[in-house]
Amino acid sequence: MSKPKSNKKPAIFFVAKEREPLFSKKNRGLLKDPLDDNNPITVQVLGICSALAITVQLKPAVVMTLSVIAVMAASNVIVSLLRNAIPNRIRIIVQLVVVASMVILVDQVLRAYAYDVSKQLSIFIGLIITNCIVMGRLEAFALGNGVWKSFLDGVGNAAGYGFMLILVAFFRELFGSGKLYGYQVIPDSIYEMGYENNGLMLLSPMALITLGIIIWVQRARNRKLIEKN
Amino acid sequence: MNRDSNAYTFGFAAAMVLVVASVLAFTASSLKDLQSENVRKEKMQNILSTIGIETDREGAEKLFNNYIVEQLALRNDGSVDETVDAFSEIKLAIEVKKDAKTQRFPLYVATVDLATYYIVPLRGSGLWDAIWGYIALDEDRNTIKGAVFDHKGETAGLGAEITQQWFMDRFVGEKIFNTSGDLVGISVSKTNNDPNDTDKDDHEVDAISGATITGDGVSDMIIERLQHYLPYLKATPADLAYNN
Repeated sequence: MSKPKSNKKPAIFFVAKEREPLFSKKNRGLLKDPLDDNNPITVQVLGICSALAITVQLKPAVVMTLSVIAVMAASNVIVSLLRNAIPNRIRIIVQLVVVASMVILVDQVLRAYAYDVSKQLSIFIGLIITNCIVMGRLEAFALGNGVWKSFLDGVGNAAGYGFMLILVAFFRELFGSGKLYGYQVIPDSIYEMGYENNGLMLLSPMALITLGIIIWVQRARNRKLIEKN
Repeated sequence: MNRDSNAYTFGFAAAMVLVVASVLAFTASSLKDLQSENVRKEKMQNILSTIGIETDREGAEKLFNNYIVEQLALRNDGSVDETVDAFSEIKLAIEVKKDAKTQRFPLYVATVDLATYYIVPLRGSGLWDAIWGYIALDEDRNTIKGAVFDHKGETAGLGAEITQQWFMDRFVGEKIFNTSGDLVGISVSKTNNDPNDTDKDDHEVDAISGATITGDGVSDMIIERLQHYLPYLKATPADLAYNN
């Protein structure tokens, strides 16, 4: 295409060509929305399974968050790069292959550099593949949007997921074992006065209840989320 | 180019598979050394923890060399095969499939504060996949000093609980021989009338609810492995000197 002189450019062409700033309001929205208004766990109710399973302690929750951020950002970018080349009929398979290879990469790296954590997360790392959030964002967003936007969307949604994971893990570790990130925070003197850790907090049902309370608090604060009926 | 044609679809799939395979193969082979180093140190850590020495993975190698005084590869008759290095050359996963006559049975002898312990590696099957562990016997070669279990794919919260400290602690003090000197091992029992494991002469520990098959796997693995060590365990120190 020959370059038209700028003064002859039709207005509509000019607008379309204008570069959007890297962190425009819309792009910031891609990062921020999943943290609250459109949180994958509390609003879209996706990825609940792993939210219940790996929130007993903060440490695995943090590692899981970082792993999901890495997997989602990378696979969103890759699928977005390939979005004009992926044959429509096998697009789900292609997405699965991309996610699965990212997950295996993360698993291999953890096994080499964070062996204890990788043992603790064991099957849950593999289960990132089946985490509905990842496939959902690929199909709904990365296939139809540019690379940078897809990257932000991936990071945003993974962070929204991780934020909830860490929040639930915070309460479960605090009340379940009296520790945070493995360090004891409830002083011995309180135990001597008869305080006991709540063993129920370590089991999955309390994760669901904690999550329920978080959803309640979030909806009480954010009126947009309340359904009208 | 027609992106909906069969040729394009097949071509894309083939290219994708090639790229993905080479990336993954490259990563796996370049990280392999670090990974197997972790596995090796974890093995040392596990062996040490059966004799009550807790350490992190980094410190494991030094302590292992301090406390483990002998690493033996035993033959079926209790004699020592000097040509095999028990720690690095015997892969129990492969070894247990062989005939008992050609198997070599690894045994670690540890000395802590003048007390001698005999550590026997275990391997068997749980519900879904392999389970393994180490069991340390006291100087009398009968009383259990400590046990460690691990698994590949048991159900989290049920079978996977065999790796919990409270389960492994139940084995401490139990005896593997009955009063008439026969090897009976330790049963993980559902009909145990002794849930706190205060009776250390019943050759039983309390099972985990919902983990029957994994528990049975643990019992089977203990008796199956220990029976091969009978010639060594029953030998008197004088016999051992002769065999060595």
